[in-house]
Parts: sequence; C-alpha cells; structure tokens
Amino acid sequence: MVIEDYIQIPPYSLARAEKEPSMVVLLNELHALHVDRCDAYRKVSEVIFGGIKKISSSDQLPFIPVSMFKTHELKSIADGSVYKVLTSSGTTGSIPSRIFLDQQTASLQSLALSKIMTHMLGNSRLPMLIIDSQSVLKDRNTFSARGAGILGMSIFGKNHTYLLDDAFEIDMGALEKFAEQFNGQKMLLFGFTFMVWKYLFEQSGIALDLSKAILIHSGGWKKMNELAVDNDVFKSELNKKFGLQHVYNFYGMVEQVGSVYIENEKGFLHCPNFSDIIIRNPVDFSVQKNGEEGLIQVISALPRSYPGHSILTEDIGVCMGEDDLSWKGKYFRILGRAKKADLRGCSDTFAQSA
Amino acid sequence: MTNTEKLIATFSDALTLDASKVTDALTYQSIPEWDSISHMVLISRLEEAFDVSIDTDDVIDMSSVAKAKEILKKYNVSF
Repeated sequence: MVIEDYIQIPPYSLARAEKEPSMVVLLNELHALHVDRCDAYRKVSEVIFGGIKKISSSDQLPFIPVSMFKTHELKSIADGSVYKVLTSSGTTGSIPSRIFLDQQTASLQSLALSKIMTHMLGNSRLPMLIIDSQSVLKDRNTFSARGAGILGMSIFGKNHTYLLDDAFEIDMGALEKFAEQFNGQKMLLFGFTFMVWKYLFEQSGIALDLSKAILIHSGGWKKMNELAVDNDVFKSELNKKFGLQHVYNFYGMVEQVGSVYIENEKGFLHCPNFSDIIIRNPVDFSVQKNGEEGLIQVISALPRSYPGHSILTEDIGVCMGEDDLSWKGKYFRILGRAKKADLRGCSDTFAQSA
Repeated sequence: MTNTEKLIATFSDALTLDASKVTDALTYQSIPEWDSISHMVLISRLEEAFDVSIDTDDVIDMSSVAKAKEILKKYNVSF
C-alpha cells in the first residue's frame, strides 16, 4: 500500500490488527528513504539504534528528539526541491525548529488534515471566524507554526474573517459584519487556545450566538494553566457565554503538520490511521503500558522531505486506551512538558551521535 | 462572456496573473502566484463568478486549470 491510498481510508476506521501491518510497511519505506538521504538521521539510527535496517513492529522504529529540528538542518531532499520552510514560534531567544517541505510532503499533509477535519466538519465549507490576525501570514515563504495552522485550516472555511486587526485589537467592524451574516448558523471557529480565551472569550464584547458553531483549537495549556483554566472550564465558560457546544482541542506540531490528534467523544486526543503515539519511559525509553505516564513519541506516515516520521517530543502524556471507542486507534492525554533537566541527558546523547 | 472566458478572467484576477498565462496546463504551486494563500482567494472568486459552493474535497482536488473546469462541471457549469 502506498501512502496516497492509505490516507483515503476513513481516518479512525482501523484497529491495531489492520493498522499495524500497513504502518510497518509505510514506516520501513520512510526509514530506508531517510537513512539514505539524511546524514543526521542515519547517524542517530546507527549510533543509538544499532543501525536497524527493517522493523517488524512500529515500536522498533528509531526516533529523533524534537530538539534536533532546532540544532540540525534535517532535510531529505535537495535544496532546489524545498518548497516551503515551516518554523516553530518558539519562545523569545530560543532557536526555532525549521521544517523543510517539498510539494509532495506538503500536499500529503494537507490531504491528511482534510481527512481528519472533514470527518469532524463534513465536506461543506463553513463560514469561518479565525481567532487571530491576518498579519501572521505576511511572509509567504516562511510560515510560523501559527500561520501554517491558520492556512491549513482555511481550506475548511469560507467568508474567512479575522477577529483581530494588524494591531491585535478586536476588529469590531469585521466581527459585526460576520455576526450579522452568520449568527446562529453552522460555522467554523479556529484559533489557538490562549487566543480564543484572551480575545474571543474575554474581549469580543458582542453577543454572538455560537450554538451551532464548531470550535477547533490548539496550542497547549501552559498559559491557560497559569490562569487556572483547564479543558473543562474552557468548555463550560464558552458554553455559558456563547452557547458553544462543539469544542475540539487538538494536539499537533510544526514538525508533523497534518498528523493532528483531535479530541474524541471522551475528551482524549485520538490517533488517526496514519499517525500513532508511543509513550516512553523518560529514563530508559522503554515502552510504557496504558495508564503509565512518559514522553510522547509521535509517529506519522507522511513526512518524506524531512526525517520527521518518528519524533520523541518533550511532552509528557498517558495512553488511555485503544480501539474500544466508536473511533478505532489509540487515545491519550497530555500532562504537560517534561522538565528541562530530565531532557538534557537525552538530547546530549542524540546531539553527540549526529 | 463564455464560461471559459469567465474562468480565465477569474483565475487571472484571483492570482494577479496575465490572462495569457491561464491555460489548461497551468498547475497549482507551479508558479509563485498560485500558492496556498491565493488558492483560497481563487476558490472564493470562482464561487462568486459561477454562483456555486465548492466542497472541501474539490478545493484540495483543484490542482490545475483543466481540473478546475472538470470540477465546475460537477456543479453544472458547462464549458
């Protein structure tokens, strides 16, 4: 099976017994491709993972720490084939990740995202309110994670309206016009969790009927936890203020655009067919059982232009179950970021090898 | 104006591209003017010009001018 066909399968339809054999084939192909074309990946694979040639289960796949996308230029294509470079927003002073896309990987990512989103939203594009400013899209060749997220989601909307103007103030004119036209109708809201809270919830100041709206949001809970707002509070407050009933958080990263993990019926994050997670012990990297916390390894069958098919994140999570809900696949929750000190040993080991 | 002329004018306008460059063979992302941002502008202009509402799958599928014609035919626009 090739990835183009595999993506076409409804995204939450495969249980482990069907998913694993397909993923092993796709991942073996990606592993060979990146060993062949990316020096840093080959070195990690040789030094840390004993130069494994072929895996027989997805947990044998080598992984690279997410920090390597900051320290190395990880690329499996010639410079001339680079179509877009994505960068992580990062915190001030930190080096951003740089992700190199060619047209094939970019289009696989956009197709994968569309399979997940049309599963949630249907195939009709919905009036879309973006909880951000259009100014984040200024440079067309280098997108921040935020810009890439907005652009990727725009496909599912029409009458795109930005809540904020270039000065990051509420664009009252645009908001009133949008509300006048679409209040109470089925519509799509998209934004980063903190932006939704800070601007839409706290500042928008006009009566919006969002009872039929679907809010898709992402970006992590760090800032929200500082405000003592967790997912339950977030949902219930938005429901009280706007009648909003359909709110879905998702977990994704610029290093694996397209492979997003969206909230399922139980409020946990769910793996689609073409992605997977493995929870690893932070000390010896062994696989943790369901219910045990550890570092989240994200696996995706999509990345071809850069070795991002298997990444050890700096996020701590727990796998909550697999294949026992209406959606098939693993589901998990995120507990937060790993402590810097715990990660240092890990990233040093990898950095020395590459 | 025939539908083909309307299509060319819409592409040319949405992508800020000379009409002579809008041929069936022109493909998405082959030129800087037709990138993922202008693609959404194009979709919305096509919707206005032909009074149709284009589904998500077709937004992704619209990979060339020829393909755009094929997709619009599904929405009862004839070429």
